[in-house]
Amino acid sequence: MDWAKHALIVPILLPLVTGAALLLIDETRHTVKALVGIASTVMLVATAFALVQLAGAVPEGAGAMSSAYAVGNWPAPFAIVLVLDRLSALMLALTSILALASLVFSTARWDRMGPHFHTLFQFLLMGLGGAFLTGDLFNLFVFFEVTLAASYGLLLHGSGAFRVRSGLHYIAINLAASLLFLIGVSLIYGVAGTLNMADLAVRLPAVPAEDRMLLQAGAAILGVAFLVKAGMWPLCFWLPPAYMAAAAPVAAIFVLLTKVGVYVLLRLTLLLFGSEAGELTGFGGAVLLWGGMATVAFATSGVLASQAMGRLAGYSVLVSSGTLLAAVGMGDTAVVSGALFYLVSSTFSTAAFFMLIELVERAREPGADLLTVTMEAYGDEADPEENEKEEVGVVMPGALAVLGVCFGCVALLLAGLPPLSGFIAKFAMLTGMLNLDGLATPSEIPARTWLLVALLILSGLAALVAMMRTGIRTFWAPLEVIVPRVLVVEVAPIVALLALCLALTIEGGAMISYTEAAARSLHDPSSYIQGVLGTSHPGADGR
Amino acid sequence: MELTLAIAIGVLTGSGVWLILRPRTYQLVIGLSLLSYAVNLFIFSMGRLRVGAAPVLGADGMGNPAGYADPVPQALVLTAIVIGFATTALLLVVLLVSRGMTGSDHVDGRESG
Repeated sequence: MDWAKHALIVPILLPLVTGAALLLIDETRHTVKALVGIASTVMLVATAFALVQLAGAVPEGAGAMSSAYAVGNWPAPFAIVLVLDRLSALMLALTSILALASLVFSTARWDRMGPHFHTLFQFLLMGLGGAFLTGDLFNLFVFFEVTLAASYGLLLHGSGAFRVRSGLHYIAINLAASLLFLIGVSLIYGVAGTLNMADLAVRLPAVPAEDRMLLQAGAAILGVAFLVKAGMWPLCFWLPPAYMAAAAPVAAIFVLLTKVGVYVLLRLTLLLFGSEAGELTGFGGAVLLWGGMATVAFATSGVLASQAMGRLAGYSVLVSSGTLLAAVGMGDTAVVSGALFYLVSSTFSTAAFFMLIELVERAREPGADLLTVTMEAYGDEADPEENEKEEVGVVMPGALAVLGVCFGCVALLLAGLPPLSGFIAKFAMLTGMLNLDGLATPSEIPARTWLLVALLILSGLAALVAMMRTGIRTFWAPLEVIVPRVLVVEVAPIVALLALCLALTIEGGAMISYTEAAARSLHDPSSYIQGVLGTSHPGADGR
Repeated sequence: MELTLAIAIGVLTGSGVWLILRPRTYQLVIGLSLLSYAVNLFIFSMGRLRVGAAPVLGADGMGNPAGYADPVPQALVLTAIVIGFATTALLLVVLLVSRGMTGSDHVDGRESG
């Protein structure tokens, strides 16, 4: 029983210990490394689901308290605290599932393309777990940096001039954004005198009027740092090339990195500038809404203009970020609930798309792309690589058919068409925006909401057009069909992710009621605040 | 003292921003370093400027808290320095690799026109 209280720190400790232990295993022993990494990630999935249970068991309403864990056993506003509520549990579950899928995918060949893949991967998971659990702004910075440092290594994994160049841009942008993060955090500390998020939420309404400007400046600078990571227009130009350059399993897990920015913005705007923040209520909401819409518009044109599939996937990530940011900016409970559903569905589908691209690219004739010269350069090298691949694992029969079906599913998910979960996600958001439950008459709906609704539907249409064009060119148009050599371990994670999207559709009711509860608790931060400030030592949260 | 510190932070930030907008990778690294110095000083100043006040309590117990400097920003600065140092070192390695692979120290890996 006592041990259950320490479950909150497992998503940080487990990858840390595994990553460190993997360093000690020699680089030549691929199988051992891969097995240890996968075993640890499987345990992480189990922990995450236990935490979802734990968070979901907290009753709603007055007096409810989120579970908090005082790491140093200091009373709450001091030292570091970890907090678990429905949102962070959901993000942890999403992270661990996606991590398992991309790790399994990488064992086909990517994990042998360079040193320390598994170690870096575990450290990335540690940073993500910490960022989702922490209840302290500066600690958030530390975990962000852990995540980013690991992501620098992973982006460069496999090397090559294109990766190094994109990696250089990616590192420089993120270093600059981290500096903004620090400026924002220290400004907030200078005004409010605390960095504990729950304590901040209590203190902010009492900030004197003459300091409020400084506080808003701090929050805005902090917000810019997260918007860079989330990829809001015009801070997003680094994203498509970086994601295109990354190796397939790395790009799949990177889809989550943009969601970390969205997560923090969602958490902080509703906690700090929610309905109880007095003068500060709704601060930044308009920026998120209009910025999100601009991102969707920009990314939609990017989706339509993309020739290479990697670029198409990169812009799809931006579409999903923009949609989420606009939904956060709306700040309505029903919209946020739909947005959380959309977050899960779009993360799975975009990650599956990134992995699928690598397999589909094998089916295309070298030179089918616009990048003819580079493709030919790869084409010459392809032969020894394929011989090497033969000995590794079970080759998938009927590869092209399976890939085609997967591609179709991804297209349906990205476009938000029934019967898959992309449709339910968009439908939930649109219902919230048009307030169909509250039966608002159309004249009461502001013009900006109509604009957002139109943008969401148009972005779906653009995704469908772009995916159809790419699909026709890849699967139907080639005169000589090259049947790609695809291993079972490469297809299995993609199919699993798409099956999860199908499961989300079938179990849509359960999922929506969970995200609704999560959205309600976000809009009523009292349970979060009481959970943290009422905690003096681990497990003193009344359960 | 406040004015001196403010000017120092301003000069460091201004030079840093100008340098990271330059096209050479060396200028980028120096610019990011200058910016991180400026940010570290800025964090430090957020604990209010005090002369001759220690951030650590003495062995004889607490005494008057007003006689001490705020220890939190100092701890934050230490962490920020360590993290900034590590990531800048990593950036340097990438920069050297990029120089080796492309034969150019332009941030895009090729000379523009």
